[in-house]
Amino acid sequence: MTVPHHPADVGAGAYGLESETAAPPSRARAESITDAPALRGTKGSSALVVDRLTKRFGGRTAFSEVSFEVAHGEVFGFLGSNGAGKTTTVRTLGTLIAPTSGSATVAGIPLSPENGVDIRQRIAIMPEAPGLYLRLTVTENLEYFAGLYGLHQAGPRIEAALDAVNLGDRAGDLCGGLSKGLRQRVGLARTLLSDPAIMFLDEPTSGLDPVAALEVHNLIIGLRQKGVTIFLTTHRLEEAEKLCDRVAILNTTLRTVGRPEDLRAQLFTGALVVKTLMPLTHPDQLFRAISAVEDWHSEEPGTYVLSVSDPRVAAPSVTRQLVSAGADVLFIGEAQHSLEDVYLELIDEDFEARSR
Amino acid sequence: MMGLDVSRIRAVIRKELRDYRRKRSIVVAMAVLPAIFLIQPTLSVFLAPASDATAKYLDLPLLLLLLIPVIMPSTLAAYSVVGEREQGTLEPLLTTPLRRHEFILGKAAAIMIPTLALSFTVFGLFLAVVGLFANRDISSAVFHQGPVLLALVLFTPLLAGWAIVVGMAVSVRASEVRVAQQLGMIASFPPLGVVVLLGIGVIHPTFTVAVVFAVGLLVIDVRALRLISRMFDRERLVTGAKAARP
Repeated sequence: MTVPHHPADVGAGAYGLESETAAPPSRARAESITDAPALRGTKGSSALVVDRLTKRFGGRTAFSEVSFEVAHGEVFGFLGSNGAGKTTTVRTLGTLIAPTSGSATVAGIPLSPENGVDIRQRIAIMPEAPGLYLRLTVTENLEYFAGLYGLHQAGPRIEAALDAVNLGDRAGDLCGGLSKGLRQRVGLARTLLSDPAIMFLDEPTSGLDPVAALEVHNLIIGLRQKGVTIFLTTHRLEEAEKLCDRVAILNTTLRTVGRPEDLRAQLFTGALVVKTLMPLTHPDQLFRAISAVEDWHSEEPGTYVLSVSDPRVAAPSVTRQLVSAGADVLFIGEAQHSLEDVYLELIDEDFEARSR
Repeated sequence: MMGLDVSRIRAVIRKELRDYRRKRSIVVAMAVLPAIFLIQPTLSVFLAPASDATAKYLDLPLLLLLLIPVIMPSTLAAYSVVGEREQGTLEPLLTTPLRRHEFILGKAAAIMIPTLALSFTVFGLFLAVVGLFANRDISSAVFHQGPVLLALVLFTPLLAGWAIVVGMAVSVRASEVRVAQQLGMIASFPPLGVVVLLGIGVIHPTFTVAVVFAVGLLVIDVRALRLISRMFDRERLVTGAKAARP
């Protein structure tokens, strides 16, 4: 099969549904901080191309005008709060749900009803709940799915998949007797069976305790090192920051796509955090005298956040000014914004936009 | 029914049979029901007077055996789709390359196999007991019930087919297992009615009647199977909302 350069349009023509809606207000912001390199992926040609994909259930929009690309071998995080449309997006790309409009190419195959079997043959999806047959053993569960993928002589593949998730010694156990974390691992082993071009992991650590979640994280890191393309949906931001090359933030519309560090840089201006032993007597006078400082505010007595264009350039002059003013400096350093800050900033913008 | 992959159908059948074996309540229900339906016909044969009227007297008990293929699979069929949905195994299944025809045929075959095996085992046991232990005249009368025996052989897979396809159709659309099982049971009443009408002599069981009814059932089964295929909508099964079509 030839791999198309552009995703085939499966919008109104293929599905006979209403034409695309106008871009929502939030899209302008998404475009402004979605730089082209981030859209194109980083590690090679695209495993997944999504172009203005929209899904509506009657009058309710699950997701709208979503566009992004995922490169081969990339771990792509798909973030969003509950109800943001993450799972529906995965189900749509996995051919379980027909999109209302827009187009996509999944593992090189245009997303369309007639390509459903071909696409599902080349991808693997682990839903939020692994959905195992609890009266069957681990091996029997995997044998069943190996059969559904048409894998003959599946024994070695099953062994390899179980070894990859460190479950080789539990192969004969009934799934009903496994802990939630172990069941999640069986679910992961199941997605590995068919050697998929893309693995869709939908909230793989949902409901797991920290130890079990860490085990799943380590498995994903292992898969990433082996070059497996992973599409990871999660609302755990630290998880995305730890595991993903790039992330997309979805809130019905796609708010942004990029590397976590790029998103931080794009969304937040540089800032220095200054802590002094005693509160400064005239902080406004002191900070306004420094040309590198654009603005400042105090978070608590003795702690100041200075807006600067380049923290590395500003830090030495701020330090000199503080020392010359007789301040006892306890700490001076660049303010760190987490992915959580990025996420909350974007969600806040959406909330404010809806309130207006 | 284009592009069927037999290995995938086989995988569904193998998994279903494994699952039945592991669930004790299914095994017990499968074993107990035929045993109960075996008692009445056997008693009837041993209590029947050896007279000219024997043949007619034996119609109903023999036809009662046809209740096994109607009642036995209906519960399993009604559970087949909505049960998977309730236990959270349907969505992973739908993400595989398994086609809907393969899924439906695999499920239907997995219910049909134990149903036929048990039904014919019970018929065989009944005939063996009659042949070995019953009064010679009674035994002879039973073995000369040609149309009834033909109906037993022909109707068993077809009645089971009815119960399975109707049960599965209900299961595809039902929102929960209990509702599906109740509706599935109700939907199996029409073929039960035919059996009763044959048994009480309203419809006289002749070779022609047996063949005509068998052909009719076959047509209904095949059409119903196609209908389920059309009803099997991944989007509806996953989200509960009907998929939009061109």
